[in-house]
Amino acid sequence: MSKSVLLKSSLAKKYWMAATGLFLCLFLVGHLLGNLQLITHTGESGRRAFNEYAYFMAHNPLIKVMSWITYISILFHIIDGVLLTIENKKARPIGYAHAAGTKSSTWSSRNMALLGSLILVFIVMHGAHFWYKAKVRTDMQLHTYKIESTQDLGQNVPPQIYYTHTPSIQPIPADPNAIDVKNTTELYIKGTNIKIGEGYKDLHSVVVAFFSGKETNGVPGNENALFAVIFYVIAMVVLAFHLMHGFSSAFQSLGLRHPKYTETIKNIGNGFAILIPLLFAIIPVIIWKLNN
Amino acid sequence: MAAKTINITLKIWRQKNCNSKGNMETYTLNDVSTASSFLEMLDQLNEQLINEKKEPVAFDHDCREGICGMCSLYINGRAHGPDTGTTTCQLHMRMFNDGDTIYVEPWRSAAFPVVKDLVVDRSAFDRIQQAGGFVSVNTSGRTMDANAIPIPKEDADKAFEAAACIGCGACVATCKNGSAMLFVGAKVSQYALLPQGRVEATQRALNMVRQMDEEGFGNCTNTGACEVECPKGISLDNIARLNREFLKASLVSNK
Repeated sequence: MSKSVLLKSSLAKKYWMAATGLFLCLFLVGHLLGNLQLITHTGESGRRAFNEYAYFMAHNPLIKVMSWITYISILFHIIDGVLLTIENKKARPIGYAHAAGTKSSTWSSRNMALLGSLILVFIVMHGAHFWYKAKVRTDMQLHTYKIESTQDLGQNVPPQIYYTHTPSIQPIPADPNAIDVKNTTELYIKGTNIKIGEGYKDLHSVVVAFFSGKETNGVPGNENALFAVIFYVIAMVVLAFHLMHGFSSAFQSLGLRHPKYTETIKNIGNGFAILIPLLFAIIPVIIWKLNN
Repeated sequence: MAAKTINITLKIWRQKNCNSKGNMETYTLNDVSTASSFLEMLDQLNEQLINEKKEPVAFDHDCREGICGMCSLYINGRAHGPDTGTTTCQLHMRMFNDGDTIYVEPWRSAAFPVVKDLVVDRSAFDRIQQAGGFVSVNTSGRTMDANAIPIPKEDADKAFEAAACIGCGACVATCKNGSAMLFVGAKVSQYALLPQGRVEATQRALNMVRQMDEEGFGNCTNTGACEVECPKGISLDNIARLNREFLKASLVSNK
């Protein structure tokens, strides 16, 4: 196998673009399924379900591997995209005096770099708003607790504690002073090294406060909530246009084209490009509507 | 429809040679027959320029029958002008109206440097072709008859459709990335589809793509503009086939 060919050639760059792009499409589906829990459950059980899901995503080893592939894919997709765009600009140093025709190709297909750059801006802001809080910040309030062993706690247990491994959720008696939180989420009996369970970061309240603008379980409301909702919806429109070309284009780049299925890939791509961003976009809109 | 005459304004790229900086010049041309071809209209302009003791406009042309691939020209923002499935020599002035302003520019690509005015150097295509666009045949006197190998009709038709490429460069000119993938896709496909071509398919795909990259063509982003503007209707199927052939070749090549 000629390794240099599979890295350096113009076609290899396209293969990587396609492979990382398609993987990121899978990531979108996974991310969306998680996000939908924000609107499929309501009230306290919704809060608990979402926080437990977020905890699962942060701790499952398989998901951890997938998340690293996602980071690498995003990075590769960006680097590859920038390299391709620079080379493509170089390939036509002098442009045409009469603007090129627009009927022979779609707007999305001609503006993938612009759309991608806008999505990158969104990813950076989105990461600062949520990913950073979920992954990096250590001062987040914990919501649901999973207690593995209560025998050492005696009678005094804090009010927000639930057993989540039993079918019926039972609040148990309270004394917040009986517990130490270490490494952000690990629960210890105060003053000891006896780990009794795990706490779940209250990401649900962070999201609701961010998009509703209302104080939520102690998380201060976002003053620019309406702007955040509008920005999010616009970002999803941009994503839709990026996917409109990107999804089917990835198959073409990998040489997967045949009269039998190319039409189907195009249709699935268009459906994917509309449905996924649409479902993403309605979530903050619903959160805002429910609270305003 | 009876031919009539129209008066037009031409904005044409003038460039003395490959080293000089060119610019768009404006010309007025009256009494152009709508029955004349685009190149005949340029001949008429050159006659007028020569009578005015000015330098005529240089442009490429040869057969004027739409099969040699010599003519080019980017007319009003489209390769080979507003008609579909035609080369510039088969474009007629009936496609234009009285009083129209027509922009005429050379192919724009780093790999196709302007030689003079509207003439560009397309030898980059020749070098890609020489890198692998052939079948090696032993001409010892016992050359095998090509027709002795049975080939399915569908394959032969697809190979023929790919071989219809005349190498004019319209795909490169129209592509926003200046990519030559439709040309290389067609050239790789016409052999890849035939048993005679399969023998050297691996090295052909690798060598032709390597040469394409060296010439400074851009990367394909699957906009599909090339397929729309190609005077011979070469399909994007050929680009997909090139993608497959190259991927396969990259994985199995010994070199």
